[in-house]
Order: sequence, then C-alpha cells, then structure tokens
Amino acid sequence: MSDRRIGVYICHCGGNISDYVAVERVREAVEHEEGVVVAKTTMFACSDASQEEMIEDIREQKLDGMVVASCSPTLHLLTFRGVAERAGLNPYRYVQVNLREQCSWAHTDLPQEATEKAVHLVKAGIAKARLSQSLEKIRIETVPRALVVGAGVAGLRAALALSDLGISVFVAEKSERVGGWLGEFGDTYPHGRSGSGLVDELLKDLEQRENVQIYTEAELVSKSGSVGDFTVELRVKGEPITLNVGSIIVATGFTPYQPEEGEYGYGEDGVVTLPEFVRLLEQCDGQLTYQGRPVKQVAYIYCVGSRDQSGERGHPYCSRYCCNAAVHASSLAHELSPEIHQFHLYRDMRTYGKFELLYMNARKQGALFVRFNEEALPEVSRNDGRLHVKVKDMLTAGEELDIEADLVVLVTGMEPRPNETLNDALKLPVGLDGFFKEIHPKLRPVETVIDGVFIAGAAQAPRNSAESAASALAAAAKTAALLKKGYVELEPLVAMVDAEACAWCGECLEACPYSAVSQASRDGKEIAEINTAVCKGCGACVPVCPRDALQVKGYEDQQVRAMIEALGSAR
Amino acid sequence: MEKDSGAEDSRLRPRILVFSTVTISDIGIDLAGSAHMHYSPSVVVIPVPCSSGIKPGWILHALTHGFDGVFVAADGSDCALVPDCTKRTSAIVERAQKLLQENEIEPARVKMAAICSVCAEPFVKHMEAFQESLAGMAQMGGAK
Repeated sequence: MSDRRIGVYICHCGGNISDYVAVERVREAVEHEEGVVVAKTTMFACSDASQEEMIEDIREQKLDGMVVASCSPTLHLLTFRGVAERAGLNPYRYVQVNLREQCSWAHTDLPQEATEKAVHLVKAGIAKARLSQSLEKIRIETVPRALVVGAGVAGLRAALALSDLGISVFVAEKSERVGGWLGEFGDTYPHGRSGSGLVDELLKDLEQRENVQIYTEAELVSKSGSVGDFTVELRVKGEPITLNVGSIIVATGFTPYQPEEGEYGYGEDGVVTLPEFVRLLEQCDGQLTYQGRPVKQVAYIYCVGSRDQSGERGHPYCSRYCCNAAVHASSLAHELSPEIHQFHLYRDMRTYGKFELLYMNARKQGALFVRFNEEALPEVSRNDGRLHVKVKDMLTAGEELDIEADLVVLVTGMEPRPNETLNDALKLPVGLDGFFKEIHPKLRPVETVIDGVFIAGAAQAPRNSAESAASALAAAAKTAALLKKGYVELEPLVAMVDAEACAWCGECLEACPYSAVSQASRDGKEIAEINTAVCKGCGACVPVCPRDALQVKGYEDQQVRAMIEALGSAR
Repeated sequence: MEKDSGAEDSRLRPRILVFSTVTISDIGIDLAGSAHMHYSPSVVVIPVPCSSGIKPGWILHALTHGFDGVFVAADGSDCALVPDCTKRTSAIVERAQKLLQENEIEPARVKMAAICSVCAEPFVKHMEAFQESLAGMAQMGGAK
C-alpha cells in the first residue's frame, strides 16, 4: 500500500467537461485509488475559491501529491503548480490531467465512453503522482554582461538597447567593419535616409558608451558554462580573448544569393544582381549608366534563388525583402533617369504593408509589371550584341514578350550565412532552410532551445532592416529580463544517472545534443555525469543507454510504465 | 449527458496509446479537441518531452498491457530540442519493432508520424487509419 496522501480534483469547466463526462462518476471511480485521501469535483478548478480550497486541503490533509483533471496543461499547469507551492507542497508533486481538450471536447458524441476514458486518464495521473518526487528548481546567479555576435543593424541595435538598460555589452563582428549590409547602401524606404547614415548614427552613439566594447575581425570559437554564466572564447584579429557573459544574442545576418554562372544569363555583360544594381545606382551621378553606356531599358527578374526547390541550391522560402527592395531600386533609377523603361518580371508581387505605396508609385512612374509562372521562367540571351529577355505574360493569356534590355537585374534573395564555427560552438538548431530556429515562431520568437542564447535579425529568417531591428529589441528585452533579476531558475526536469547501474560506455555522451553529459569518476568507478544547468531534459540519452541507467525526472521509467498500466487496464 | 451514446464497438477499438511531445504534437492533439474533431475514445495520450527519449520497452509494455497499437506523434523537423529528432525517433521505432518481433507481436502495431502543433486534422486521420489497420490484425491478448 502507498503511504502517499494525494488530493484529486475533477473540474466541470463550467460544462465544457461535465456536459460530456460524468465528473461525479469519475470522482467515485477514483476516490478509493491507492494513496488518494481527497477526491472532489469543482465547477472551475482555476477559480480563486477552488484554489483556496485546494490550499486548505493540502495543509489540513497534509497532502503530498495533487492531481487536477481539467484543461490542457498548456493553460494551467503553472497555475496549479503555483497553488501547490503556496500551500507548501512541492510543485513537482503536482500532475495535471487533460480532461477537456483530449477527452470531453474530442468525444462529445460518446459521453459514456468519454467518461470511461476520463476515469482511466485520472487513474494514470494518480499513478504518476504516486511516484512523483520533490524537485527543486536549478538556481544560477547571472552575470550582468551580454555578448552580441554580429554588428549589422540587428546587432548594433541590440547592443544599444542593452547598454540603455545598464547591461555591459561586447559586440563581436567577424568582418573588418561594422554595419552589415545596411551600412553598404544609400537611400532606404520610407524616409529616404541612407543605410550607411543610420549605421553611423548607431555607431556614434555606441562609441560614447563606457559599457559597450566592439571587436572587429572577431569570431566566437567556443562556449562553456550555462545560462546566466557563460564563458566564451573569441578570436580577435587572431588573438584569443575570454569573456564571461550572462547571455548571447546571435545576429549574424544573411548572405545574398549569388547566382550560378549562366543562371538567367548571369556572367554576361549587363546581367547583375540586385545588390550590384543598388551599388551601381549609388555610383551614378546625374544619369543611369553601366560601363560608361547610358541605360535606356532595364528588365528585373524576380525570385532568383527564392521560391525554387529545383537544384541543390534551391530555396523553397520567399526571401521577403526582395520585392520591396527591387521596386525601391526601380524608383531610384527613375529619379536618376526618368526616361528609362523598366520591366518587372515577377511571379507574385509581395510589396506588403506600407511598401504597397512604393509599388503604386513605381507603376505611376511608368514601370511595367509582367507576371510569369514557374513553369515558364524568363530566358535571358544575347542577340546582335544586345540582351534579350523572353517571357510569357500570364496576364495576357501567355503572350510571349521579347524585351531588349541594357541591364538585366536579377532580384536575388537571402541565404543563411555560413556559420560553421559559431554553430559548432553554440550548438544552435537550424531549420530545414538553414536559418537559426526559434523555440516558437509566435510565442517565443527570439528564444532558442539553448537557454540564454537569443537570435535576432536575418540570421533567423529573411527579413528587412526594420524587422531586424524590431527582433533585435525583442532579444535585448529578453536578455535584460534574464540578467537584471540577478539569477535564473531552471526547470529541474532534467536527466539523471543511476550511478550503480552506469558503467560508462559513452553512448549518452554521443546522444546528447547539448554536451550536457561528461565522464566522471565516482568511488573509483567511471560513470556519466549530467550538467543540470545545460541539460534540456529532452531524454535523447535515455533510450540509448544499454544499462537503463538514465532517466528524465518527471518522466521516469516507473512513472511511464505505471501510467501505461492505468490507461491500458480499461479493456 | 445521460443519453445513450449508441456507439458501435468498432468505433471504440482497437485501443491506441499515443506518445506525444509536450511542446509540439500534444498541442496539435489539443487542437483537434478544441475544434471538436472526433476520434475514438479508445485513443489515449501520454506526453513526453521529445520522441527521441521514448524507450522501446515502453512500447512493448503498452502492447502487453491492454493496447493494440502505439502511435508515436513525433515533432519531425519542428522539434526544437533535438535537430535530428526524426532520425533518432525512427531508430527507436525500428528497435521497438525488433523487440515486438522477438515477443511475437506484429511490428506494424507501432507507427510513427510527424504531428505538428496545428496538425489536428492529420492526427484524427492518422488515428482512423491506424485503427483500421489494427482492426485487420488479430486482437492483442491484453495481458494485464
């Protein structure tokens, strides 16, 4: 018999559960389960009154385990852990059973069967609670310093924001100069200020601050420690520098797609990429010329390197910034030489939000927009010394156009920047597209699975400079929230080693994606040791252990097996 | 509430244990319920942090303790914890299938598919298809 004292609360959720599940029958079915000393139903478990009742029960009945069968844990797991904590019960002795999303709402057509299922779900929760143990959060003191990797607009903006918040910042830029791609360009939309001017402004501000240190020709080569207290090694102009920081923001930006020789005529005289065209515009004074020749006709080909899954370098994603950038460049070209004819050959025009005004303006200026589809891509050739672009115009029933052009501009997209050394050091996950991956695109958009390491700007996904700056500020805010408190508390649901069973074979070391496992000597025996501050509790080490010596707290072997038995006993 | 459900046995069995993941596939399964998409009540779920951490022995344990099939709702390429999660989970399922064969249980009783955080409809379809497939096999002993 169990000596546990478990309280079980089954929620009506107004009627969301009890309209389909006979909650009183569920209560009756579980009230005599081993270890259960309190079994109640409640109209709204999350209400203040119910929470107070639970606290009273925990204290008066000396409960050492609690089960609430209500909605999804994503909604109220933390609520009820808080209830337990307020009553003096260790929050990790609380188990939530999902009786709404995964039972009553999914079986509104079968109330009797839903009730039967609910009984077994609650019994499984009780089985887990019976084997639950008290766990303490892992507390780590934080260092009030941050490292920003990359000094483009995102990196610089993040550094400035952190400095404002009183956090010392180191900025490591791989190249010789700061400013990234924005720093190379002139007029930007919508206010017409130059990219290089904006970067100079940021830099001037940063240089006046005592709590900011910028390193150029600097690369992050290694990282140890954990959230709040990392030791990172930089190689600055070939020399090693060691820093101690509490968090890291990765803002390494992107690489512009570079077409292959021959791709849409690239390599031919007069075929340029969008960044090359923008530089050309900045160099022209008074009139648009190329190689000393006046330019009369320009053809833009969109989606070069984007939305294309063919070949080894194909990218299925939209690069997001390029429609806007091309239309903006077209307007600048018009301002230089209003008499030129401009043809935009596009698949879909994605001048979203305020950029639509830019598109309308380009049309008013006389630019022609010709839509093609991916089954009939434009072809670039040279005839009689002139560039020709053949394209089927889908808006005129596929009529084939032959456009003579002095310049063909390939509207190239973004590629993830090669970051092998950084990736090796930080072990940040990347998506299938090769960009760094956030935990959740909407709910945790700048956090990564490596606690204390954030991502910002186009290192994460194709985005323009304004969007990069916004994400940089988000990353800076998350960093400050982490470091200003002075300490962090980590979930204790991490891997643990059974020292008796472990005979150190190294399989777990190989399996761990976070380098959280190391070899250690204990009482003359070699065993695996877990760095609990680094372990993410994924459990990847668990099934590879040949001696069953590893478990994840909260998902222990006995608990899972007991739950399976409780759930499977319905037949 | 008290009305007779009138359910047919075929809708209730075979019994499936789903291993979901706390941050991704469990959210997708929740979404199916939130949208009141119906699937059989004989499908139950145990969430784990990541499908790369499922022990093959748990799958065997489920099939010898009342379940007719085990469905691993993996995160696929969405997994934020383990970059090569699909490969690792596939290896776990392969090991589980060998274990089942050694115990004279059909390897087809374990199935794996990626279920993302908005994969409500695919989840329901997977459950229907898997139940149909399991119904074609001999009923498990349901040893307890």
